[in-house]
Amino acid sequence: MGPGCDGATIGSESGIGYCATGRAQFDCPVRTFSGQLTNHNCIDYNRTPPEKTFAPMYRYDNYDHQMLADRVAQFRDQTNRFLSGKLEDSEFLPLRLQNGLYIQRLAPMLRIAVPYGLLSSTQLRKLAHIARYYDKGYGHFTTRQNIQFNWPQLEDVPDILAHLAEVEMHAIQTSGNCIRNTTTDQFAGVAPDELEDARPYCEIIRQWSTFHPEFAFLPRKFKIAVCGTKIDQAATQVHDIGVYLVKGPAETIGFRILAGGGLGRTPVIGQEVFKFVEKQHLLTALEAILRVYNREGRRDNKYKARIKILVKELGVAEFTTKVMAEWAVIKDSALTLTDAEIARCKGFFTDPNYADLSNEPAELTRHLQANILFANWYEQNVRPHKMTGYAIATVSFKETGVAPGDVTDRQLEHLAALAESYSFGEVRVSHHQNIVLADVRQDQLFTLWQALSSQALASHNLGLLTDIICCPGGDFCALANAKSIPIAEAVQRRFSDLTELKNIGQMNLNISGCMNACGHHHVGNIGILGVDKKGEEYYQISLGGSSKNEASLGKIIGPSFAQEEIPDVVEKIVNVYKAQREPGEKFIDTYNRIGIDPFKESVYAKVD
Amino acid sequence: MPKLIKDGALTPDRWTVLKEASGPEVLRALPGKNLIVPFKFWKNYQAELKDYAGGVAIWLDSDENVADIGEPLHAFALIALNFPKFSDGRSYTNARALREHFKYQGEIRAMGDVLRDQLYYMSRCGFNAFDLRHDQDENLCLQAFSDFKTGYQATITEPLPLFRRR
Repeated sequence: MGPGCDGATIGSESGIGYCATGRAQFDCPVRTFSGQLTNHNCIDYNRTPPEKTFAPMYRYDNYDHQMLADRVAQFRDQTNRFLSGKLEDSEFLPLRLQNGLYIQRLAPMLRIAVPYGLLSSTQLRKLAHIARYYDKGYGHFTTRQNIQFNWPQLEDVPDILAHLAEVEMHAIQTSGNCIRNTTTDQFAGVAPDELEDARPYCEIIRQWSTFHPEFAFLPRKFKIAVCGTKIDQAATQVHDIGVYLVKGPAETIGFRILAGGGLGRTPVIGQEVFKFVEKQHLLTALEAILRVYNREGRRDNKYKARIKILVKELGVAEFTTKVMAEWAVIKDSALTLTDAEIARCKGFFTDPNYADLSNEPAELTRHLQANILFANWYEQNVRPHKMTGYAIATVSFKETGVAPGDVTDRQLEHLAALAESYSFGEVRVSHHQNIVLADVRQDQLFTLWQALSSQALASHNLGLLTDIICCPGGDFCALANAKSIPIAEAVQRRFSDLTELKNIGQMNLNISGCMNACGHHHVGNIGILGVDKKGEEYYQISLGGSSKNEASLGKIIGPSFAQEEIPDVVEKIVNVYKAQREPGEKFIDTYNRIGIDPFKESVYAKVD
Repeated sequence: MPKLIKDGALTPDRWTVLKEASGPEVLRALPGKNLIVPFKFWKNYQAELKDYAGGVAIWLDSDENVADIGEPLHAFALIALNFPKFSDGRSYTNARALREHFKYQGEIRAMGDVLRDQLYYMSRCGFNAFDLRHDQDENLCLQAFSDFKTGYQATITEPLPLFRRR
């Protein structure tokens, strides 16, 4: 039982009870819908370290809870003042945005933060509850590891935030001109090639950036990604700040920090500002960059206000000089991280109780030989784990006919149960809008796959052409020039044959409905951008983008196309690749070798 | 009637803000006041201001940098920082620079588009006086300073970050 809790349950939501202290009763094994729980056990947030039968995750203490409760109360008051006409629309706007609330084409949209993509089963169930009671029964995973709901009512939002607070979730700074959710590689902590787990540093950055009083009204939004793996899956170089864990002098691990990356109208790869920073100086280094940006970033033109424009206009050398001047003043201030704090945050992310297992157990080999569909899924969606006998399984949310990233309340609950059975009660959202079960025993992969199949979650197209990244587009978003979901679906329908998809191999296609680039079209091997041409929806195609370590930005192939032409155009591009590739060569490598012209010729060839 | 909150309480304002001033003749027109003059005006007319029979303080707009005030900074009892729009966040950085870089001890006053929902963050950045926009409810504004009981960052009101306190 937690402090201040008398054991009585005052309510139950989505199977989770809560007591008079307002805390959720996570540990209760028996759930009823009458609101009464037996074996009551309100969690004590001061208890550390977390139990290791659960996957590692940051757990709130009383400070974190207090701040969240204060935030919910604050936003409730702001919403009431707005609804009663005491707060003007333009003055409410940044307040609601900093609580993740947009006014969309059809209804408000609420974007909920999933810090660096981690979700527990309890949190998944809470999201299912919100989808069911406050939305139309589904949510949408975004390209920044968050989840958003497209149909809540404005007056319900404070209640939704209160629900989220029960499970240590919120919508803080998921929008607005402030520091957004910090993202990382979805394989952090389990990747075999990792230098160091990035999650403790993501959490340190999350706390520093949450309610930062100086940086709530930046010139524009600000996104930070941290990467500790050798293969960068976090698109780190196209963030406003990209942080890499690297080895420095004398083999010590610290950070290399880039600034000025970004997508949007002017896509740019970030440039190095700090070659190597010792760990304790992480926050002062970030604060120095933010301060220079807050002071000098352009505010005269929304489209030139991102940090990438400042770095470009000043030049990286001049920008770095200014950052270093600022850093010199604050470098050894109280903001300097202590060893104790780094150790505390690392303590939340130590390994769960892995069993002592060996690789390629007989159960796995047998089913791989016996079941071709399972074997296909295994080949595409399962990746090696740092622990022998374990694997990383990715659940593809790219079923044809379903908007990429969309998830129903039932699927969320199903994922929660699967995570509990197979992956220490935790999942991760990837920036490709898929869900990762990071700690699956190899001898349980087959039963996991069966359970996924029963809920239409066993698509085995991970990393293939139909694993499309796609923004909500003109169907939902007020900013969009064009629809994006129907484009994704049309391409998925054209390439529905798995043998052919596998023959095409690793290739990614990203779709954005406008140049804000939420669908990361610049870094798609094939990028599709919705444009407005005299009131008509058209699509511009670019080729050769990549968000991997050798990040590159796609090149526009030529004049744009009508919606119905897109599947043909994609097919022509694929055909050029197939005809020109050398054995084993990926699309991006063929493209880099032969250039854009052969593709151009094929796509724009006159038919006689 | 202007509404000023200083150090957490409503306070009568004994200062007059000179929003725009083209030349030193304004000093003769307004003798014996306590004037908050534009930073540029102060730079241009330091000699005239020295002879002024009244208090002199300065205000900086959001595109000006407190680092340019130089050594005389500590002679001012008050430095005001303007918010041309509440969503222009540059004056937060100027306030922190005054307190942290220059150890300025005097009054830092927020002026311009100063609204209830920004007061808490302003106070954490070193502002201790708030010249509220005329339509703001001063009693609602007084509550703003307790929106949150604590924060994660190292700030002026809590010099240690939470990780050194928790």
